[in-house]
Amino acid sequence: MNRKRLSIKNLTITLPQGADRKYAVNDVSLDLYANEILCIVGESGSGKSLLSNAIMGLLPDGVTASQGEIDFNGDNLLTYNEEQMRKIRGAHIGMVFQDPMTALNPLKTIGKQISEMFTIHTKLSKQEINQKVISLLTDVQMPNPLSVAKAYPHQLSGGQRQRAMIAMALALEPAILIADEPTTALDVTTQACILALIRELQSRKGTAVLFITHDFGVVADIATRIAVMQQGKLVEQGFANEVLNAPTHPYTQALIAAVPPLTPGDVRRINKEIILEVNNLSKTYHNHSFFKQNRRTTYAVDNVSFKLHRGSTLGIVGESGSGKSTLARCIIKLLEIDNGQINFENVDIANLKGKKLKHYSRHIQMVFQDPYASLNPRRKVGDQVTIGPILHGITKQQAIEKAKALFNMVGLDSEALNRYPHEFSGGQRQRIGLARALALEPKILIADEPVSALDVSVQAQVLELLTQLRKQLGLTVLFITHDLRVAAQICDHIIVMKSGKIVEQGIASQVFLNPTAPYTKDLLDAVPGKGWNPHRLIDMSPAIHI
Amino acid sequence: MAILKDYFRSPIARVGTILLLLIIFIALTADWFFPGNPLRLAGRPLQWPFVNPKFILGTDQAGRNIAAQLFHGAKVSLIIGLVSTLIAIIIGVVIGAISGFYSGWIDDILMRLTEAFQILPNFLLLLVGVAVFGSTINIVIIAIGVVSWPPVARLTRAEFLSLRNREFVQAGKTIGMSSTRLMFKEILPNALPPVIMYASVILSTAILMESALAFLNLSDPNISSWGNLVGNGRLVLRQQWYVSAIPGIAILLTVLSASLVGQGINDALNPRLKKR
Amino acid sequence: MLHILTLAFRRLLTTIPALVIILIALFLLLQLAPGDTVDALLAQIGGAESSVIDEMRHHYELDQSTSSRLINYLWRLVHLDLGQSAIYNKPVSHMILERLPATLLLMGCAMLLAFTFGTILGILSAQKVNRWPDTLISILGLIFYSTPSFWLALMGIVVFSIYLNWLPPSGFGSIGESLTGMAAIVDIAWYLILPTTTLALVYLAIYLRIMRASLLEVSTLDFVKTAKAKGLSRRKILVNHILRNAMLPMITLIGLQAGTMLGGSVVIETIFAIPGLGRLAYDSVVQRDLNTLLGVVFVSAILVIIINFIVDMLYAKLDPRITGH
Repeated sequence: MNRKRLSIKNLTITLPQGADRKYAVNDVSLDLYANEILCIVGESGSGKSLLSNAIMGLLPDGVTASQGEIDFNGDNLLTYNEEQMRKIRGAHIGMVFQDPMTALNPLKTIGKQISEMFTIHTKLSKQEINQKVISLLTDVQMPNPLSVAKAYPHQLSGGQRQRAMIAMALALEPAILIADEPTTALDVTTQACILALIRELQSRKGTAVLFITHDFGVVADIATRIAVMQQGKLVEQGFANEVLNAPTHPYTQALIAAVPPLTPGDVRRINKEIILEVNNLSKTYHNHSFFKQNRRTTYAVDNVSFKLHRGSTLGIVGESGSGKSTLARCIIKLLEIDNGQINFENVDIANLKGKKLKHYSRHIQMVFQDPYASLNPRRKVGDQVTIGPILHGITKQQAIEKAKALFNMVGLDSEALNRYPHEFSGGQRQRIGLARALALEPKILIADEPVSALDVSVQAQVLELLTQLRKQLGLTVLFITHDLRVAAQICDHIIVMKSGKIVEQGIASQVFLNPTAPYTKDLLDAVPGKGWNPHRLIDMSPAIHI
Repeated sequence: MAILKDYFRSPIARVGTILLLLIIFIALTADWFFPGNPLRLAGRPLQWPFVNPKFILGTDQAGRNIAAQLFHGAKVSLIIGLVSTLIAIIIGVVIGAISGFYSGWIDDILMRLTEAFQILPNFLLLLVGVAVFGSTINIVIIAIGVVSWPPVARLTRAEFLSLRNREFVQAGKTIGMSSTRLMFKEILPNALPPVIMYASVILSTAILMESALAFLNLSDPNISSWGNLVGNGRLVLRQQWYVSAIPGIAILLTVLSASLVGQGINDALNPRLKKR
Repeated sequence: MLHILTLAFRRLLTTIPALVIILIALFLLLQLAPGDTVDALLAQIGGAESSVIDEMRHHYELDQSTSSRLINYLWRLVHLDLGQSAIYNKPVSHMILERLPATLLLMGCAMLLAFTFGTILGILSAQKVNRWPDTLISILGLIFYSTPSFWLALMGIVVFSIYLNWLPPSGFGSIGESLTGMAAIVDIAWYLILPTTTLALVYLAIYLRIMRASLLEVSTLDFVKTAKAKGLSRRKILVNHILRNAMLPMITLIGLQAGTMLGGSVVIETIFAIPGLGRLAYDSVVQRDLNTLLGVVFVSAILVIIINFIVDMLYAKLDPRITGH
């Protein structure tokens, strides 16, 4: 067994009065050893981030570590004053944050920000520091370290920024590295690279890593040991293998069961009839500028064609910037397209306007990504659901009846119609969004990352609801997601997009099991925890037989 | 209602509200306490305050009752402030809303227009307005409103730009709402709070602008205005400085009350800063 | 540097449409005004025969169509020909050039004063947020903001000139003494203390408020947390990380306020009898000399554009995101 680096004993963190609960962290004990990665897993509100802040002595105002000890090098860090803590931070305990864009000072070069670590804690000369910075940037496999040192954060990609953050955190070879959701803001392929980098550096330097995440896939890839937190309490801890494959606590079991497996469901028979056919669709963005030399044309969607079968679910997958959301917004006519056809039931709706468009557009509806932004905060949810049908010509009374029925269908109490959006949780809002879309009795439902903002357990519930509604109402679904696990569970067909182009399309099982495009293979390889397949919680692939 | 409770929790808001209510009271009771024209000769000129109980705040060099001018001036200041603020907000919100919602060439034209107004110094523009159209009270009110709208337009436009692509607006579009409905029923209620907060700033500058204009003797001479009284007092500044001092304090308190109320609303609506 | 220059230059070009709108509006205002240049001149010289009047109308091109006069007007403005001042009987451009230095000096000093003390007080306030120094500074700021500058100027004169006899009540340098070099500068500075302070106070209050808010806002950003996690002290975090970021909105504010400050100088220059643009504007309103007034407005607009140009360059220098890609 390795040396114990950090020992948390009966730590309790108290929230200020008026918070939704008294303790953010309640009586947690944990040990962190050298040369291991301890993953703390939990959903939002589990207290995992405050735990890591407490170690650094960086709790927000009003939040206090009221009981327990955090032992480091034979001292209790909770007894340290600000001066003493400052000598620990950076030098002995390094930290990497979630969003590398906002975690770096936008007005200072990467090199300056890294070298600051040395000017704070060491007496090295300027030249020595510069050399160290370059060797650190080389260590984190940064391409072209010399020019990166002179670059500002906005000139780097998200992955490069996170590499720079890691270089900074590891500059003084701290005994402990705390990584707070370091890959959550990154694309899946970038995430895979960063995870590999953290693992490599950790084993080379023997660092003790405290890795905080909500994603069990990431945990499966990286953890030596796992600690699961729920509502401020530590419910289970153990070696990765044990917790992942034989969880004992019901909460851990539920969390793991809610992770969708990467293997697609059985091949289903699919209706031959085409409800929507997209031909050569292109959408460009022009950099709107007064001056010629600044004019740039970006292809957001580049010559895309596909067919959507009635009653099927088509998944469009890709990383950020792949054009998948733009494509969805073109089809639903939120964006004007430059070229191509959108044939809905054999009518080209691409260039329809006004009344004619309204007649068709009700058949294609959308569920949005952000449950907090997709409802008007100043309107009762009932009004938001009934307004669509009313605008399409039914009476208010009928619309209310319909809304009540829909609320029941999506699993909400019909009394909830009279409440405002802020009174609902994220999952409930997503159900309201679904009810609003379904109120117009659409034939096609476009779902744009409908579960990516939700905790994994809520995510599973919403996906189940979506699948059930599709069966019940005979909906055709266009499902946009960056999460291949989710796509594998509910899609019949898959389109893989990259830089506005379709790189591969086909039946889901084929794309997942025998990908042909190199990019699809990269994407599949990058899915966190791909080697680990827990048992299924729900069967989300009910076949539609004709 | 929770916001109202938050609002009255802050001492700044309470002081501001009391002060503002007091000034409104003074304005409303002007005709009752001091009937008749406040600009008429009332007594011996240049009596110091607190000497003659008939003229508690004294008289100016034309023998006019300062207290009467003060009470009637409150009415003028408040009316000018409120009406020109209303004008500025209506112009600003309409232009900002159209500009932010439609973007493209409409936005370009409206923004160039806004820029043009912002490049021109407000007060100079006001002088031009008065020089060209005369200085009756109506023209002064309209002119102050017209030179004050650009910041409102920019603020509204910025709000519209950020709200326009919010998902609930897109959802509204997909379920078939018309542009006017989206603009005024969906986006506008969400865009208004920062504009309302900004109204106290416009109100303050409007009152200050009118008083400066009146101080320079360029506002309506037939109306009792605090600025005018300060300007008249300038002639006897060496000895009877109170003639200028008293109405100046009235302007200060009025603008202060508007600022305090604005600050209070701001704090109540921005809970993040309040929590610190 | 070249990047910044081209960028700022491009910004400058985008102000052209706004400037054209201003010019057309000014011309239309001239048309709306009761009476024209000739009427103003006639009032000055006390009337003339109708043939002379026609002659004068022809001379000032007032007998031509509106559109052709608009084009002439714009063309003259391009050449910085602002016409003849009716009351001073001099070209308006000469008048303005004579008056410009005093206004620039007054504005520059007031801006510097407001910016410096606004920044310092803002930092103090934010450092002690919600404790008594913050409350005190914030209340003082609100009072400064609410004080009419003309009244403050008068009260300043009462206290410092009349009662204490420390500062001159008006003027722009001692008359009758031909001072040179340092002595002249000190003399003018002496006269400028009261006007500068009274003009600056409102802006000081605004800078203070924005600086405080901006500091508090920046302190909540993630990179400040990163800096804490590095082990930096509070003071170093403030100086090395927060300050420069918090200055960005302050820089923008300078540009936004250039115009209002010019407007404010009308009142201050009038009170203190400073021979500047503002005073000229006031005199031309009183004497109904629209040509001069519009000339002042036009030059003020150009001045505001130039100040904004400088501000843009400064901003781009401070924020690498502007010039970068």
